[in-house]
Amino acid sequence: MQAFFATVYIIWLRDVKRFTREGTRVLAMLGQPLLYLLIMGQGLRSAFKMNIPGFDYLSFVYPGVIGMSVLFTAIFSSVSIIWDKQFGFLKEVLVAPVPRAAIAMGKALGGSTTACLQGGILLILAPLAGVSLGLGQIIVLAGLMFIIAFSVASIGTLVAARMETMEGFHLIMNFLTLPMFLLSGAFFPLNTAPAWMQPLMRLDPLFYGVDALRNVIYADSPALSYVVAQTVTVDVLVLLAFSLVMIGLGMMSFSRTE
Amino acid sequence: MTNAIEAFELTRNFKDLVAVNGVNFTVGAGEIFGFLGPNGAGKTTTIKILATLLRPTSGRATVSGYDVVRQASNVRRAIGMVFQDQSLDDRLTAEENMLFHCVLYGVPRKDALTRMEELLDLVGLSIRRKDLVKTFSGGMKRRLELCRGLLHRPAVLFLDEPTLGLDPQTRSHIWEYIRTLHRELGTTVFLTTHYMEEAEVCDRIGIIDHGKIIALDSPSGLKRVVGGDVVIVKTSDKEALLAAARERFNLSGQLDDEMVYFETERGESFIPELVKAIPDILEVRLRQPTLEDVFLKLTGRAIRDTGSGKLDAMRIRRTVHQRRRQ
Repeated sequence: MQAFFATVYIIWLRDVKRFTREGTRVLAMLGQPLLYLLIMGQGLRSAFKMNIPGFDYLSFVYPGVIGMSVLFTAIFSSVSIIWDKQFGFLKEVLVAPVPRAAIAMGKALGGSTTACLQGGILLILAPLAGVSLGLGQIIVLAGLMFIIAFSVASIGTLVAARMETMEGFHLIMNFLTLPMFLLSGAFFPLNTAPAWMQPLMRLDPLFYGVDALRNVIYADSPALSYVVAQTVTVDVLVLLAFSLVMIGLGMMSFSRTE
Repeated sequence: MTNAIEAFELTRNFKDLVAVNGVNFTVGAGEIFGFLGPNGAGKTTTIKILATLLRPTSGRATVSGYDVVRQASNVRRAIGMVFQDQSLDDRLTAEENMLFHCVLYGVPRKDALTRMEELLDLVGLSIRRKDLVKTFSGGMKRRLELCRGLLHRPAVLFLDEPTLGLDPQTRSHIWEYIRTLHRELGTTVFLTTHYMEEAEVCDRIGIIDHGKIIALDSPSGLKRVVGGDVVIVKTSDKEALLAAARERFNLSGQLDDEMVYFETERGESFIPELVKAIPDILEVRLRQPTLEDVFLKLTGRAIRDTGSGKLDAMRIRRTVHQRRRQ
């Protein structure tokens, strides 16, 4: 048990150290969300008029951009697993007398942490989207981002554990991330989507993530009931259940790797 | 005392390819034992089975007395591993790579620090301990990996092609470090190489080809397989030379690209007779037998001609991949 936690810690620490040391990644971390927010938010703002008083499209899309940024960072942090277990540091872990399941947990936590740091930048940029956040909200949002990131990173870890080649991983991830992103409700609320699409959106874990973020960001807004689909408790429970299943499968996959 | 490694009829198939085919050997405690053979001969597969990274298709093996399949975690605790492909994190410092290893192997921090200091000192990397590994040369990375593999005081250290991809000077340094570390710590070393001249470091060598051990002895014992000296002759008509040698000296030579190899008890007196008897000789060389000659004698081909199987193709792709990343 001690070996398990030590391994999780080492793999997490390594990811965080690598992340903070890489100048380009930190730069991308600052630039990417800004791009999403400015181009997507501002660009789409004029095309979509929301019929909710005191609520414009940019503010509506803001939680969606956070969700999307967390999605992409968390997914791509798991890409490194495939490389790493063939030719990198993970080989060293695979030959060590430690439970391999810890690799899945460590990588998922590492990916969530870096994704959270990236999402944190977007919280600071809230005024640009015309949203004002209190300290309490920021703390709750950080926690939510971590849960969202963890659920996404768990999927990435599970897929990476079963993949031998980068090509295969990219193929699968494209089939997963794009639908997850588009069906997340980042750009349109559930109730305006066509009837056939709504059940699909409800299958998307990111849909619950974005909904949770909206619940907290617009807690005081009179328009809250128009933009959210369920309460934050439901969202968090769904995300946690989903994460548990995914990380469980990921840990099983790693234990079985030869 | 139990043997450090024992292998009985060890076999591993990859689909239709038999990578290791009924291999038997033992390695004594404290020995430096080498597997020598061309790429794709089954060296890495054997090391991976012994290090619990692959399961044997059949047969069994023990390391430090533990079964590599049933007692895998005991085996892992007892071994150190240096992979053919680098497995350091090059965005961490040398020290961080070492300390992470200690945490994984449960080495107490105090011991970790003193051992790290000792080992880094032995391979001359103490002053670079705080530097990022990506600033290291290939040879320095290898030295660091050697140290890291020894931090938890393993009974057996596995080295898979420890000098692959390094320049000749660095290679000879790495062997010196391996000898020094072996002398200081007395660890059993199991290594693989396809560089003939480098296998001389080993106490005993198993020559492996197409998944089978074709000879197993000390380097000098193996060289006795080749009778006496080796005379290498260059001629414009190799077939005629071979025929003439068989007829006049009762010697059968071996062909390799453009040279003809003869083994003879006394090379010094054979050369003038040969030149007298056969006019069409362009070049003659005389030397003591090397492991290269042993391999040529046993398999009928030079080690560099061989390979290009499925596994090699994978390995080449991997090396290219790796270069691209650097």
